[in-house]
Amino acid sequence: MGKIVIDNNRCKSCYICTETCPKGLIKKSNKTNRLGDYMVEFDDPKGECIGCAMCAKRCPDMAITEVYR
Amino acid sequence: MQQVFSIPKSMKKDFKYTFCPGCDHGIAIRLVAEVIDELGIREDIISSTSVGCSVFLYDFLDVDCVEAPHGRALASATGVKRARPDKIVFTYSGDGDFASIGLAESMHTALRGERVTSFCINNTTYGMTGGQLGPTTMMGQVTTTSPTGRNREYYGYPIKVAEHIALCDGTAYSARVALDSIPHINEAKKAIKKAFQVQLDGLGFGFVEILSSCPTNWHLSPEGAHKRIREEMIPVFPLGVFKDITENK
Amino acid sequence: MTEEKVLIKGNYAIAQAAINAGCQCYFGYPITPQTEIGEYLSGKMQELGRAYVCAESELGAINMVMGAVATGVKAMTSSSSCAVSLMQEALSYAASDELPVVLVNVMRTGPGLGYIYPAQGDYNQAVYGGGNGDYKLIVLAPSTVQECVDLTYRAFYLAQKYRNPTMILADGLLGQMMEPASFGEYPYPEVDVSSWALTGAKGRPARTIYSVATEEKKQIQHIYDLHKKFEVIAENETSYEEFNTEDAEFILVAFGSMTRNIKAAMNVLRAQGKKVGCFRPITLSPFPYKNIKALAEKGKDMIVVEMNMGQMLKDVKYAVEGKSQVSFVNRPCGEWLSVEEIVAAVNEIIAAKEGSISGKEMESRYATSI
Repeated sequence: MGKIVIDNNRCKSCYICTETCPKGLIKKSNKTNRLGDYMVEFDDPKGECIGCAMCAKRCPDMAITEVYR
Repeated sequence: MQQVFSIPKSMKKDFKYTFCPGCDHGIAIRLVAEVIDELGIREDIISSTSVGCSVFLYDFLDVDCVEAPHGRALASATGVKRARPDKIVFTYSGDGDFASIGLAESMHTALRGERVTSFCINNTTYGMTGGQLGPTTMMGQVTTTSPTGRNREYYGYPIKVAEHIALCDGTAYSARVALDSIPHINEAKKAIKKAFQVQLDGLGFGFVEILSSCPTNWHLSPEGAHKRIREEMIPVFPLGVFKDITENK
Repeated sequence: MTEEKVLIKGNYAIAQAAINAGCQCYFGYPITPQTEIGEYLSGKMQELGRAYVCAESELGAINMVMGAVATGVKAMTSSSSCAVSLMQEALSYAASDELPVVLVNVMRTGPGLGYIYPAQGDYNQAVYGGGNGDYKLIVLAPSTVQECVDLTYRAFYLAQKYRNPTMILADGLLGQMMEPASFGEYPYPEVDVSSWALTGAKGRPARTIYSVATEEKKQIQHIYDLHKKFEVIAENETSYEEFNTEDAEFILVAFGSMTRNIKAAMNVLRAQGKKVGCFRPITLSPFPYKNIKALAEKGKDMIVVEMNMGQMLKDVKYAVEGKSQVSFVNRPCGEWLSVEEIVAAVNEIIAAKEGSISGKEMESRYATSI
């Protein structure tokens, strides 16, 4: 069981995290940022996140600021 | 729950990267920051950057930095280190900066065995000016100044930086790493740490060439760009350690 | 150092003065006629445990100086004409970065490679800058070996005091000649650099020394600030020397080692009953415009003597503002204009003024139009 914190001010919607998460828990959101890009959101209703931090390690903008396990 | 990832302390407060979406500069700088944290050397660092996307390092890293003209970061770093041998000195450059306009300065810094650490981001193009042919542009690669692809007749061959630096007697450590996948990112961090360590141990020049993506100028998606690193770049620019004088000791 | 005078070559004098001034790092690349500076320092700096690097090029050398002075230490490089051209980019950066770079230019002939004859053809490059953008160097022009010592001391002080790149503009004649000089001790106080020098971000926010501002307003303000600083430098540091200007009708104006011959020519002309004086800017930048203007306003004619095609001449004309006549005596390079040649030229200029030679004939012989 783990969790992540996403800083939407830093996210530039490159979506690398969505392809990196082994559990597919990071998804394109319906919300847009001020550039009109769809932001990402952490969606883990079943508590599947293992806190591997792969998303944070591959985020080029350090928009995933915290990972807990 | 235990926190397993946080923003490195050596990053400036409230920094926000100004790189394009998906650009690996952000990862490279984070790895440098993490290594600085782990070695506990932030307060002793004086860095030097010159020109290109890499120059904005000083907006993000919370360390002293002196700007140099294009290509001269290594000369500037030599001056800093000779003036203050007690400080930790590193440079952060692009391939054009390090291996084209600044090749003489870079090579001679390695040849003199200056106790400095240097990182060269290789993305096979001049990123900041919009994707022109650079010293590491691969054969056949289309850029805005090689519209039919790099060929021998017009452009000659790209340079393999890490191998050349490894040939210099003053080099203590030279490696090439990539940022396209988690295993490679982990390897990259080890190499960055080692490049600092040889300076801390007074052994000589520490160098890491970092294969990095430029999705904007490659006209690829961020993940597409990483696929290109894996499938096209690494076969030409093989990963590995080309020199490590601490081996077998 | 001893107060006694020693017989020493100009290049060695500069090098030893740099050591006395506390120069911690020398970075250089050989070029005639200044190579002795690097040769002298290579051994001495090692003896003293200071830094010396045989740089891969002049580009490398000047950028090493920039890196070193950014940490708050005194550092310098030296070179000559065509190789100083290679350093212009860095000087522009250093001016914008406000780095106290000290550079010695022992001039040879130009343009291009030029041979190793002494010349004064780098006045424009030194004073008006060979690099891009609006910037100014402090430029000091010694005329004797003693001044090679004194102005080297002053260069290190002014560079740090104003955080402005500073050039010592000597020439091959001065670099290669021996004269008695005394070194004394470095006469200036140490400048406190702790507010800006890079020493690692320990107990303070990180510092960045850079010249690019991505915000337009900041960039504009930065350029204004640099120029305001130079106004202060001009106000405080403009220096010159003058001889017999009070009663003079004609004033010989020269810089650097040419000053030696105009002083001698003045003495010959005075003995002939001609009212001739001498004026020499010691700081070529900031230039003593006001002082030359004041002399011109009293109706004194200027005769500029240079080993180039008329570079300081323009500044003298600019200072005179048409208030008196400006004539020019020159040779582009090579053997220095002799005292006899200068005396002859001045006598002709005086004769023309008095109407015994036609103005047109004079013009074709000496005057150079801008």
